[in-house]
Amino acid sequence: MKFAILTFPGTSCEVDMHHALSTVVGGESEIVWHKDADISNYDGIIIPTGATFGDYLRPGALAKSTTLANQVVAFAKTGKPVIGVGSGFHVLVELGLLPGAFLMNPSLKFETGKVNVKVNTNTKFTSHYDENVVIALPYAHQFGSYYIDEKTAQQLQDNNQVVFTYTDESFNSIANIAGVVNEAGNVLGVMPLPERAVEEIIGGIDGLPFFESTLKNWSEQ
Amino acid sequence: MLEPTAQQVKDEKLYLQLGMTEEEYDLAVQMHGRLPNYTEIGLFSAMWSEHCSYKSSTPVLRRFPTKGERVLQGPGEGAGIVDIGDNQAAVFKMESHNSPSAIEPFIGAATGAGGVLRDVFSMGARPVALVNSLRLGDLTEPRDRFLLKEAVAGMASYGNIIGVPTIAGEVQFDQCYSKRPLVNAMAVGLLNHEDMQKGLASGVGNTVLYAGAKTGRDGINGATMSSAEVAVEENNELPVMQAGDPYLEKLLMEACLELVHHDALIGIQDMGAAGLTSSSAEMAAKAGFGVEMNLDLIPQREEGMTPYEMMLSESQERMLIVVQKGSEDEIIAIFDKYGIEACAVGHVTDDKLLRLLHKGEVVAEVSVDALAEDNPVYNKPSQEPAYFAEFQAMENKAPQVTDYKETLVALLKRPTIASKEWIYNQFDTQARANTVVAPGSSAGVIRVAGTNKGLAMTSDCNSRYVYLDPETGGKIAVAEAARNLICSGAEPIAVTDCLNFGSPDKPEVFWQLEKSADGISEACVALNAPIISGNVSLSNEVNGKPIYPTPTLGMVGLIQDLNHVVTSDAKQAGDVVYVVGEAQTEFGGSELQQMLEGKIAGKAPALDLAVEAKRQQDVLAAIRKGLVQSASDVSEGGLAVALCEAVFGNELGLDVTLTGEAVTALFSETQSRFVLTVAEENVQAFEAIVTDAKKVGVVTKSTITINGENGVLIQGTTSEFRDAWKGAIACLLK
Repeated sequence: MKFAILTFPGTSCEVDMHHALSTVVGGESEIVWHKDADISNYDGIIIPTGATFGDYLRPGALAKSTTLANQVVAFAKTGKPVIGVGSGFHVLVELGLLPGAFLMNPSLKFETGKVNVKVNTNTKFTSHYDENVVIALPYAHQFGSYYIDEKTAQQLQDNNQVVFTYTDESFNSIANIAGVVNEAGNVLGVMPLPERAVEEIIGGIDGLPFFESTLKNWSEQ
Repeated sequence: MLEPTAQQVKDEKLYLQLGMTEEEYDLAVQMHGRLPNYTEIGLFSAMWSEHCSYKSSTPVLRRFPTKGERVLQGPGEGAGIVDIGDNQAAVFKMESHNSPSAIEPFIGAATGAGGVLRDVFSMGARPVALVNSLRLGDLTEPRDRFLLKEAVAGMASYGNIIGVPTIAGEVQFDQCYSKRPLVNAMAVGLLNHEDMQKGLASGVGNTVLYAGAKTGRDGINGATMSSAEVAVEENNELPVMQAGDPYLEKLLMEACLELVHHDALIGIQDMGAAGLTSSSAEMAAKAGFGVEMNLDLIPQREEGMTPYEMMLSESQERMLIVVQKGSEDEIIAIFDKYGIEACAVGHVTDDKLLRLLHKGEVVAEVSVDALAEDNPVYNKPSQEPAYFAEFQAMENKAPQVTDYKETLVALLKRPTIASKEWIYNQFDTQARANTVVAPGSSAGVIRVAGTNKGLAMTSDCNSRYVYLDPETGGKIAVAEAARNLICSGAEPIAVTDCLNFGSPDKPEVFWQLEKSADGISEACVALNAPIISGNVSLSNEVNGKPIYPTPTLGMVGLIQDLNHVVTSDAKQAGDVVYVVGEAQTEFGGSELQQMLEGKIAGKAPALDLAVEAKRQQDVLAAIRKGLVQSASDVSEGGLAVALCEAVFGNELGLDVTLTGEAVTALFSETQSRFVLTVAEENVQAFEAIVTDAKKVGVVTKSTITINGENGVLIQGTTSEFRDAWKGAIACLLK
């Protein structure tokens, strides 16, 4: 299966994603520039992190105004996998493919580091992790506080849609949510960055099972 | 409003307002062959400013060693280039943005990062890392706390949005920088040799293109301003500051990196200080041609801009590009892909003139050599300041310390020594996933993608030593930078510098500049690290008082094999702790002296370059054999601080015994020293290589115990020392 790694103006971390998915894990992927793109022939879509449109107005908000955005929404409806990491999660929320919104970190600053998250292994993106495992993933964002009303948060939890949960109250996210999947189970958003944790020498290897699960499960589709 | 006539410029001495002296004006008139009009005198004043011409510092800069077997491009272009093997090269440069940062720290620091990134990608290199160097007051004053917060936020914002990781940096706090911060940014890029570009405007008839942001009335006369002292208290006539847009620069960068593969590209240069003027005049002068531009074609953000305003604007994110005639559409299409405005604004001529047309008239016609090459150069008077002999005559003696533990904790809380995580946690240190060692160790390390090589980088300068003894202090700055690279497993390969000094018109300041340059040069030769690029920032003064002389050095090292990367954190209990080098009674300019006495005096620590070079080679050899678990150098605060910092990262402890007089053993800042930890099984092999290493103890689990000759000097849990060190800067900013 072949993934398209989408780049909007300002996207900067498409290379991290391509390196992790293709060079390290051995999956097939291409970096696709938003203009004149046709993504219908790909088997999966990834929106990497980086300040699309300079994060102006609101992170992810302006990507919604591109012609590619409509294609992404249509692509998601086909049931094929759509993944957004970091600012890519912002874009998916802005497109309405995932519920919720993002607030600025409680520090009001951009923050970088590593954070512990508990993994829900009952998804096609995470089945290769050990059950209830806590992993450490790098993060880099200023708008990392996931906001959603309590009722929807409860629904997400009841439907098994919360994929990654912070083990503490990092970033003041509602229900400590770090990553969610849509009801159909094919659109995933995650704030920490698994693609920066696929090699011991760079950020550890806790992100590897994410890519392995994703490639294995979705190519068996 | 009517512009003054050429005669008025002369009669009313308007050039004085532009920072030109009467002698300089007379020289300009003589070179020009007639009275320069207002636009023309604007061109002269900008190009002859210290910032663009280095007129005061050139005689000093000529002392620097700039050649070496790896050097592909030395000083004179946007950035220097060194060979790193496999047809690849590292490209880097450090720049100051001190004056703008004193006024508007967020914007000033952000555009500093933006400018130096453009210097790197204009050479055809993809920027892979940012490094910074900050100097601020000691944070007791609200203005200095504000300056730190805003400057960090500004640099972080620019780097994070453009997606270039910040992987190293350093900060020193001293009241000499109060309200006059130093904000130096360094960018490092990578390229393949065949993609190397230069800022050349050659080939008669070739097209001059303008690409990037529109030109506005921001930053006009910025080059002149940054060459003058900032009036902090009475800022009534401040120019409009240029603001940066990292998003636009990201697009510009991607377009330029695509452009460098196009055969029709002749030359490319950033419109930095003095904007259109410097880029056009320098590109033409370097190539031995002229340039004619029609200013009506310049994309303008505001209405009714005059030629003077357009030529002197320092609007950010703009590039001047020369391409083969006929290729314009193809080149413009590259920029169009990224939504960047690009258009033809002129062409290359053979008359070695910068000719500007506006509304159908020639509004300026000036020799490009007069502007860019034949600027006045001054041999400024130099005089040894009275303090120097006084300091040199002082005896070295250890300060009185009664409670060693309390003193160590107090030192760990000093902002210059304390953890800088409050700062670096705001930077995306991992963008593009090649960061092997992020900030917090001796140096940052980045992987050269697709290879097993790495680049280590650091910035350093202890200006207190430079003030006490500029020559020795200059040597120490180079040696410390090299030590930090060595401690990461890298071999130093080249240096960039940012010479931040007070007014060169003060003979004592000029003496500091000369002497420190001598020290730097000598150390660069001894440690085999030529200077390939740099920047000079003079007149850093507040209310007539110069800052400490601060020749900040950015150094890059090559790691041949990423398996040799070492960090400063001890790895496991049971490893043996070694110290390389004996402490002498050296407290001049030390953090302890400043803390206890509120000022510095005496001699700077001595430095023997032969000893330094040998120890560096030995330590690197041991690291390359895989015999070293952790490595760091002994710097501010002395050995006690270095020992603590070695075990903070992995929350270990240590039990060591030091010999000699206690205060000296614990807190002296004697140079050329390292703290290394070695696994038990490697002890013999290690000692055979690092002959100056002395075993002082072992790494333990969670307690720090430092013994002297007569029993325990300092003991406590690692966490009590670590907490003091870790939270100090955040605490000072509350």
